[in-house]
Amino acid sequence: MKRKNADHEANQSLMSRRALVVGGLQFVLVGGLAARMRHLQINEADQFRTLAEENRIKFKLIPPARGEVFDRNGVQLAQNVPNYQIKMVREDTRDVEAVIARLSQIIDLDDEAIERAVALIKRSAPFHPITITDDVTWEDISRVSVNAPALPGVTPEVGLSRVYPLGSDFAHILGYVGPVSDYDLKKIDDPDPLLRIPRFQIGKVGVEAKEEIRLRGSAGNKQVEVNAAGREMRELGRREGKPGANIQLTIDSKLQNYLQARLDGESASAVVIDCETGDLVAIGSAPTYDPNLFVSGISVADYRELTDNKFRPLASKAVQGTYPPGSTFKMITAMAALEEGIIGPDETVRCNGHLEVADRKFHCWKRSGHGSVDLKNSLKRSCDVYYYDLALKVGIEKISAMANVFGLGVRHNVEMSAVARGLTPTKAWKKRVHDKDWVIGDTVNASIGQGDMLASPLQLAVMTARLATGREVTPRLVKSVDGVEQASGAGAPLKVDQNNLKKMRQAMFAVVNDRGGTANKSRITVDNMRMAGKTGTSQVRNISAAERRTGVVRNEDLPWERRDHALFVDFAPADNPKYAVAVIVEHGGGGSTAAAPIARDITLQALYDGPPPLEAYPSKDRGRIRSQQKRLAKMRPMAKTQDDDKA
Amino acid sequence: MSYLEYTVKSTPTGLRKILFLNWPLTLLLCSVACVGFLMLYSVAGGSFTPWAEPQMKRFAIGLVLMVAIGMTPIWFWRSIAVFCYGVTVILLIAVDLFGEEGKGAQRWIDLGFMRLQPSELMKITLVMFLAAYYDWLPPEKKSRPLWVLLPIAIILLPTALVIQQPDLGTSLLLVMAGGGIMFLAGVHWAYFAAVIASGVGLIVAVFQSRETSWQLLNNYQYRRIDTFIDPSADPLGAGYHITQSKIALGSGGWTGRGFMQGPQSRLNFLPEKHTDFIFTTLAEEFGFVGGISLLAIYLLVIFFCIASALANRDRFSSLLILGIALNFFLFFAVNMAMVMGLIPVVGVPLPLVSYGGSAMLVLMLAFGLVQSAHVHRPR
Repeated sequence: MKRKNADHEANQSLMSRRALVVGGLQFVLVGGLAARMRHLQINEADQFRTLAEENRIKFKLIPPARGEVFDRNGVQLAQNVPNYQIKMVREDTRDVEAVIARLSQIIDLDDEAIERAVALIKRSAPFHPITITDDVTWEDISRVSVNAPALPGVTPEVGLSRVYPLGSDFAHILGYVGPVSDYDLKKIDDPDPLLRIPRFQIGKVGVEAKEEIRLRGSAGNKQVEVNAAGREMRELGRREGKPGANIQLTIDSKLQNYLQARLDGESASAVVIDCETGDLVAIGSAPTYDPNLFVSGISVADYRELTDNKFRPLASKAVQGTYPPGSTFKMITAMAALEEGIIGPDETVRCNGHLEVADRKFHCWKRSGHGSVDLKNSLKRSCDVYYYDLALKVGIEKISAMANVFGLGVRHNVEMSAVARGLTPTKAWKKRVHDKDWVIGDTVNASIGQGDMLASPLQLAVMTARLATGREVTPRLVKSVDGVEQASGAGAPLKVDQNNLKKMRQAMFAVVNDRGGTANKSRITVDNMRMAGKTGTSQVRNISAAERRTGVVRNEDLPWERRDHALFVDFAPADNPKYAVAVIVEHGGGGSTAAAPIARDITLQALYDGPPPLEAYPSKDRGRIRSQQKRLAKMRPMAKTQDDDKA
Repeated sequence: MSYLEYTVKSTPTGLRKILFLNWPLTLLLCSVACVGFLMLYSVAGGSFTPWAEPQMKRFAIGLVLMVAIGMTPIWFWRSIAVFCYGVTVILLIAVDLFGEEGKGAQRWIDLGFMRLQPSELMKITLVMFLAAYYDWLPPEKKSRPLWVLLPIAIILLPTALVIQQPDLGTSLLLVMAGGGIMFLAGVHWAYFAAVIASGVGLIVAVFQSRETSWQLLNNYQYRRIDTFIDPSADPLGAGYHITQSKIALGSGGWTGRGFMQGPQSRLNFLPEKHTDFIFTTLAEEFGFVGGISLLAIYLLVIFFCIASALANRDRFSSLLILGIALNFFLFFAVNMAMVMGLIPVVGVPLPLVSYGGSAMLVLMLAFGLVQSAHVHRPR
């Protein structure tokens, strides 16, 4: 018991010591709190007191300047220009109607804008500045400033607004910016607080949307002291944000401008790609629209006009439109057969004007037939039966795989909206999607790029560039970001026999340059600039047996929607390919008449980096071309202002 | 010690016990509560409603409760300590299952007349259980690993339940209070050194792992830490509280702006001005003098508790009093440090001053235990 008591005593004194340690620690911590209190309340009291007294302190986000966009030569495509705005804060204004009435006596305000602003003011928080108008002149601003005492809560502000100096030429590539909508916010989890600034603008489509994060930059903030009227009196601290990155595109604005002008009046699209680097030098789609209309809010009437137009001006057909590639697909079928060793380039197939497969007659476009044709002749004259025959031997799987090798049925990584994947059908695909078995007729249709086969102009341009160089060229739209060059699109050599490709190029050369070639009329006559290509005409309707008997109805006699699509792909110069071009004219009729001339003009423009000399054209065309060049020059007011600026 | 070892005959009996209450402590608690009434009256713009009056009623109930508990023998409380702990753990589980959601966290059980926050109650019952445990445990065993692991489990069980709610602040307080009692009970200091060292290691690891593949916390948690370190990085979000609070505090100066004259509180710049941030109003209106006075009263409460504990030869009583004092200290120290921008914003009220029923009643209950230990100390 004694022993136990001693233990107890020792334990008790240990606890007392520990209690004193803990108590002492608590005392020290309380001392720390007191010191902190002293620091805040005595040492920094003056500073905090002034902050708290007559003034109120507000934190404001400083929106970063949005990155600008340039073409490959440094021409500005999207810029920020100062604009003057008049804002109003409800809690400082009090009688909103009276102040607006006074304001409208001083500056011009249109009634619709006033109504919209008043509605917005009533809806939003009392301390939120609401933009009454963002389109006033410097004089208006100074008038408002002079009359400030009569206009409580009204402040003039300078903002930046997005302008696309080349307007409609770049509508489909750049897209446009617009105020953040609730729908936009919902799509982003954890949105940047910047997006909650009223009327903050973000990219809605095109490069503006795809490169939004890089273009936007990050917000800074400032601590400002405001007086009772909400006016900023003094800036207390500021943390600069990071302005958005400047982006340089691979597009050449001069060529883009020409391309848009050349396509004008058609429902068409065209792509020019640099064969070596994969740089997209021009991507055009017609008709187009003015993206500047969207920036400040497009009117309902204007928008209705764009959406109701059957030529779909809002769609970027060059990357999101998919079409049956028609005869431009024949190179793929032939490559598949050559690679499999099913046919040699010089072996012939006999064309009687049709091929009977499984009790069905598949017609060549030429009813009388082409006779015996080899690779070069079949491509040059676009014989269908030759390719039917090849396809039956090689099979759809090999053909689709070859199409993928050349970039068809593959979604290319280009910073534009809704880039299409196209379609290269296979047996498994048909089973999966249509729940039907693949039939031999499907293979026959696919061999000439009809049926289920679908490709966009961008994909056809990539295909042509790969045919021309034998390398896995991938398209590139963004050349550099803030001066940092992005990865080039030049690829490794394709895993195909380069000799077969050479034969293919020779055949494509014949299509344009041999007498009797389907595109012979659209040849280039300067020796070191010669072009190689392939026409395509893709049907959008079935031709019935009855129609075949009575004679196929001419395209011109059909309603527009049922006419054939006209296609042309080419690369030039043929001996040392620099550019590949793909052109599709929707419902334009024959590829050789509707698409090839456009492609040739664009190719020449690209090769000469400006208007080509008339010698480049066949002599009998030159008169017509001269007047066309004059007409197009007149149609390009934007390019002119650019030149004027330089002068 | 068994019950019999208390020298029962010298312990006051019946209503005479009231005379033997720890009266200085009682007066100190009343004066803290009066400061609270004054501030609640002020933040309501010179009105007893909606806060001051209910708070006064609750304090009156609390006072009665404290005296009642104080007159109940301490051995009774010791004998039901384990039971209390068990009941509170069950309540915590119940809150997880059917609790009411408030401010994004499940913390309450609605009892009809009041909303009970079991995590508040846990702070006291955990102290009771640990004190009883170390009273029961023979002193020579207290530093053996097995007998150290057991109290750690006792602490971590409720802590895990509170984290679930989620309430990181309270769970940290539970760990600190529990650890404090283990230290007071005389567990070998090497255990604490090891825990602190590994804690520091963990914090270093958390920061080192940021933006690497083995990142330990979620991005939003890192952002919260960022905001704490540099409030101006997110001035309109979480940093707003701290910045406004510091402005109010700082503008108080030596003597403050006078009762009911603080513009920051008046103009609603302050968030939670009647609950967690009430100290800001006090400091704004009564200045450094007012703030330091409240701090001094709090310190005196701690002082009287420690004095009472040291004079008490009953092991359970001493540990209980010290544990409750430690809890009380953590309450006000964490709240003030938060308001002054020394630690991140966690939801801990200022004891007996902030508006709120659960916390106040639980505190009065705890001080009731302190009184009981004081009255029934072995003489």
